[in-house]
Amino acid sequence: MPWRNGWRNTLMKLQSRRRVLQGLGAGGVAALFGTSPAVGQSAPPRVVVIGGGIAGASVSRALRREDPTISVTLVEPSTRYTTCPFSNLVVAGLREIATLQFGYDGLRRAGIDVVHESAVAVDSDARRVRLRDGVEFTYDRLVVAPGVDLRWDAIPGYSESAASTMPHAWKAGEQTILLRRQLEAMDDGGVVIMSVPANPFRCPPGPYERASLIAHYLKTRKPRSKLIVLDAKDQFSKQRLFTAAWKTLYPETIEWISLSDGGRVREIDPSTKTLVTEFSSHRADVANIIPPQRAGSIAGVIGIADQTGWCPIDPVTFESRLVPNIHVIGDAAIGGAMPKSAFTANAQAKACASAIVQLLRGADPAAPKLINTCYSLVAPDYAISIAGVYTPRNGLLAEVDGAGGTSPIDAPAATRAAEATYAESWYQAMTREVFVR
Amino acid sequence: MAARALIHVPKTAKKGEVIELRAMISHRMETGQRQGVNGEAIPRDIINRLTCTYEGVEVFSAELFPAVSANPFVSFYTVAVQSGVIVFTWIDDAGAKQVATAEITVS
Repeated sequence: MPWRNGWRNTLMKLQSRRRVLQGLGAGGVAALFGTSPAVGQSAPPRVVVIGGGIAGASVSRALRREDPTISVTLVEPSTRYTTCPFSNLVVAGLREIATLQFGYDGLRRAGIDVVHESAVAVDSDARRVRLRDGVEFTYDRLVVAPGVDLRWDAIPGYSESAASTMPHAWKAGEQTILLRRQLEAMDDGGVVIMSVPANPFRCPPGPYERASLIAHYLKTRKPRSKLIVLDAKDQFSKQRLFTAAWKTLYPETIEWISLSDGGRVREIDPSTKTLVTEFSSHRADVANIIPPQRAGSIAGVIGIADQTGWCPIDPVTFESRLVPNIHVIGDAAIGGAMPKSAFTANAQAKACASAIVQLLRGADPAAPKLINTCYSLVAPDYAISIAGVYTPRNGLLAEVDGAGGTSPIDAPAATRAAEATYAESWYQAMTREVFVR
Repeated sequence: MAARALIHVPKTAKKGEVIELRAMISHRMETGQRQGVNGEAIPRDIINRLTCTYEGVEVFSAELFPAVSANPFVSFYTVAVQSGVIVFTWIDDAGAKQVATAEITVS
């Protein structure tokens, strides 16, 4: 057994071996445990979770559900979480942001110790997390779910301060409201420009859902306006479905400029709201810059992010490939074929919790089957979806062939409308399970 | 060839200034190593050469091979020596040419 599985793992294995030995006679057991006073009186296993988004909140609950003897501490600086799912509806004026906000009382009721502080350091040898206020927690297993950070250095001219005039709105909250207010303030006939990064990034279909819903707002409220999408890619999630929907619903409103059409933004001038591409430049009345991303900054501090900026993991246990006893789930992890979505974060959290429970018992976790489903609203009564099933293969999460799919390309309006209600139901069910219950 | 070519040449530059030139052509760059649904080889069809002249003087040329991606993008630097025309020429496997030009004013 590798030392890195830790003393608890060792202990558990010895305990299960003791049960075997008991059948053979007590003498051997006494010899084996004669110098180990801790057996039978050890403290409950302790898991610390960094990050209270969908992934972190889900894994905290799943751990308590699978084994109520586990002590779970969730470290999250914010007292209120705003979901990225459905935040494009806020951008389009179709939903109030308060309906996307959740506190942590539900998690406390589930027996989780929620601590509103930032984690600033991890000593992986001593298995200790230090918070900004100096408080330290030791752990048997640490789960890190920091989500994404925006790479402010990726597009020259863009910066944290530039985001106050050209919002990213890629972390839901104030930025979402800012983009909404700018769209409301824009005159009819204005030009809205979105800049979309290359893969990988949080929520692959998100920019196209946002483009659709902004176009819906423009078409219904400011019909002489236009939306230009400058994309660093030639292909994107649910592309055929989005493209077909745009052709039907927003032919005059959306112009998508792909990478091979010169869509990659290489520079930004916030003072004039100008986006410079390889071959031309565009002046915006409202600009939404979705910059390239990486794992949340604590991942870099801990040393679990690699040169890509994301965290390599074992696809069975979600344990970091770089630092033992630390698991990474959600957007920060290199999920292989699995997209960075809320559904994925929730699915990975449950699989990770099961693996941790097994590891704490000294057992070998089984390879999980994970599901992702992702709805995108193209209009209030028009949604499309994609689903996939994933399992470990060659050290990565790979898609199970033939198990997933998208909405049909030719479907009646009733199907699209039904999917819009499924999207709402999914959102209600997911947030209730993760935060409210 | 009738592909769409995009180029970037600064409109103005100072004499002696190092300038960046960029060029991209939309082309599938079929390698010749793939098979179609019927099992027949899909014939190779790539852009195999790109040249750039500045007032008639070649300042850059490249041979392109099947490993180059679709929609090849090239950027390079040259020195602004005089006002004039910069011409990019792409040649494909069938010998067809695509040309894009831009003027630069050097002061």
